[in-house]
Amino acid sequence: MTDNAFPHTERSGTGKTPEPIFRLRSSGDGIVVLAMEGAWTMGHTLFPQVVRGLDEFCRKNRVERLQFDTANLFAWDSRLITVLLRLEEACHKRGIVFDLTGLPDGVMRLVDLATARPPSEKVGETWESGFVVEVVGRGVFALLRDGLDFLDFLGRSTRASLKFLFGLSAFRKKDLWVLIRECGVQALHIVALVNLLVGLILAFVGAVQLQQFGAQIYVANLVTISMTREMAPIMTGIIMAGRTGAAYAAHLGTMNVNEEIDALHTLGLSQVEFLVVPRVMALVFMMPLLCLYADFMGIFGGMAVAVGMLDLPFRQFMDQAGIAFSFTNLGLGLFKSVLFGFLVAMSGCFRGLRSERSAAAVGIAATSAVVMATVAIIATDGVVAVLCNFMGI
Amino acid sequence: MIEAVDMPQKGSSIHLSVEDLYVRFGMQAVLEGVTFQIRRGEVFVVMGESGSGKSTLLKSLIGLVEPNSGKILFDGVNFWRASDHVRKTIMRRTGVLYQRGALWSSMTLAENVALPLEQFTELSRRDIRELVSLKLALVGLTGADDAYPSELSGGMLKRAGLARAMALDPKILFFDEPSAGLDPVNAKLLDDLILELCDSLGTTVVVVSHELDSIYAIADDAIFLDGKEKNIIDRGSPRSLLQTSQDTRVRAFLTRGGERTKGEL
Repeated sequence: MTDNAFPHTERSGTGKTPEPIFRLRSSGDGIVVLAMEGAWTMGHTLFPQVVRGLDEFCRKNRVERLQFDTANLFAWDSRLITVLLRLEEACHKRGIVFDLTGLPDGVMRLVDLATARPPSEKVGETWESGFVVEVVGRGVFALLRDGLDFLDFLGRSTRASLKFLFGLSAFRKKDLWVLIRECGVQALHIVALVNLLVGLILAFVGAVQLQQFGAQIYVANLVTISMTREMAPIMTGIIMAGRTGAAYAAHLGTMNVNEEIDALHTLGLSQVEFLVVPRVMALVFMMPLLCLYADFMGIFGGMAVAVGMLDLPFRQFMDQAGIAFSFTNLGLGLFKSVLFGFLVAMSGCFRGLRSERSAAAVGIAATSAVVMATVAIIATDGVVAVLCNFMGI
Repeated sequence: MIEAVDMPQKGSSIHLSVEDLYVRFGMQAVLEGVTFQIRRGEVFVVMGESGSGKSTLLKSLIGLVEPNSGKILFDGVNFWRASDHVRKTIMRRTGVLYQRGALWSSMTLAENVALPLEQFTELSRRDIRELVSLKLALVGLTGADDAYPSELSGGMLKRAGLARAMALDPKILFFDEPSAGLDPVNAKLLDDLILELCDSLGTTVVVVSHELDSIYAIADDAIFLDGKEKNIIDRGSPRSLLQTSQDTRVRAFLTRGGERTKGEL
């Protein structure tokens, strides 16, 4: 009779729960007994070695049946069950009979319960580690699918927007007014603050450089042109992407979770007409007004620096700003703000409606709506800048 | 305008027919060749264990999931092959009560019930207001017109959802797990309400449920879906299935795994 002990951890002398120990002994006729002693509970690191110990034992001895001796088992919890399941798997591979009879009743019942049902069928998409090519391929296909879905959404939204303009769209006027208030008046303070600071920063940076040439008066030109043409629409667009675009995605995503969108669909109401178009219209109507307000706040910020720091007279700053101001720049900025409003609303609604039905998915939808809108705003601004250059604007 | 409610004789004709329905999600088949008919005015229950395809079947019936093949016929009209206009007309003649009510959270109860009336009828504001009050009163929510869904309990949400589902006096009502999440008293109240309203209005009712008490209380006819077969494995009224079904899965389901005896019913 062989008796292999694996006292990998010493018994603690603290008088608290005894450390787990296992011994494998052969009792003849191919029967091996695994004796478990001490506390087989979570927090001990011995357990992976049990399977290795059995493997080692099997290499040296003929093993046909594995039995257990738990006479000195002090305590156990679900960690023991996981060890037993791994042992069962190892026995199954080696054709060894896994005999539970020596285990405590509770352990036997739990092992039976854990092995009673066949593993569930695979549910949902699983990402298995594979070749880089496969991962890249999946990513590219997902991106293409996303792009095609967005084009489809864009087409349906455009058609619904036209219906709205001709007064044929099904939506609640009250909802439109609420949305206009939310993305208009309620956004004023954040738009004001950010654009005031942008105007201040522009004037500061410009003043330091222009002062070297005694040309500090041109701070007025710098602030007026950059605010009206570029900074106000971009900053307002980005603020609205973070504020309103994310809110749209979260709201529609939550509606999806609560089956509210299904309820609209089964009533025969178009989700695009009812949910998307009012949001798009609210932002498209409000963005130019917010942008105009942002222009004013930015120039005001620049003026504060010029008058406060550069000792430029208020009147002189205003005269110079008047000279630098052009309706072309203002119109271009307002046009871009309409475009950005459209992009923010579309991104928010698209991501919200495509959101999966869980709290985590709503968060992801809000985040991706902001990312999508911000990238779209910057990219569109770049395209418009190139087109303006071609057209000499 | 809302059509006048004709009172069809219960079981007089086939209202909804499903023929050889197949639904797959990607490579995973959920329903394979499901066929059954629902008679006008009856309470029809779709039973089955979790994951048996009940909800998928319901989603196909209410127009949310397009089947891969097969037919869903409402009064003989193939829903998924019909024109957009016809399909929308059919959808407006159906009402759906979702598992959690699915009330539009940004609207009050009155606005929730009023929306279908505003969108699909030419009734005056006053008429709509009267109808809304009536529907809310029918489900025991008199005076809750201005409450928002977030202010309601689970039972009230379901009743409000039922009021909205009945807004256009539908010919057929679908219920997704109506008793789920309700205490036994509220579940019974909802069952009674469903029966009473449907008897009064002559509406055909399709219920997806695995709540046994509710199933025994309301069902005239039922099918039992099985997740492995991906098809119907038995059909009949739940009480008769309990007596006659030879299928162990159906018997296990109807006896809660063997706990319930016939004498307990």
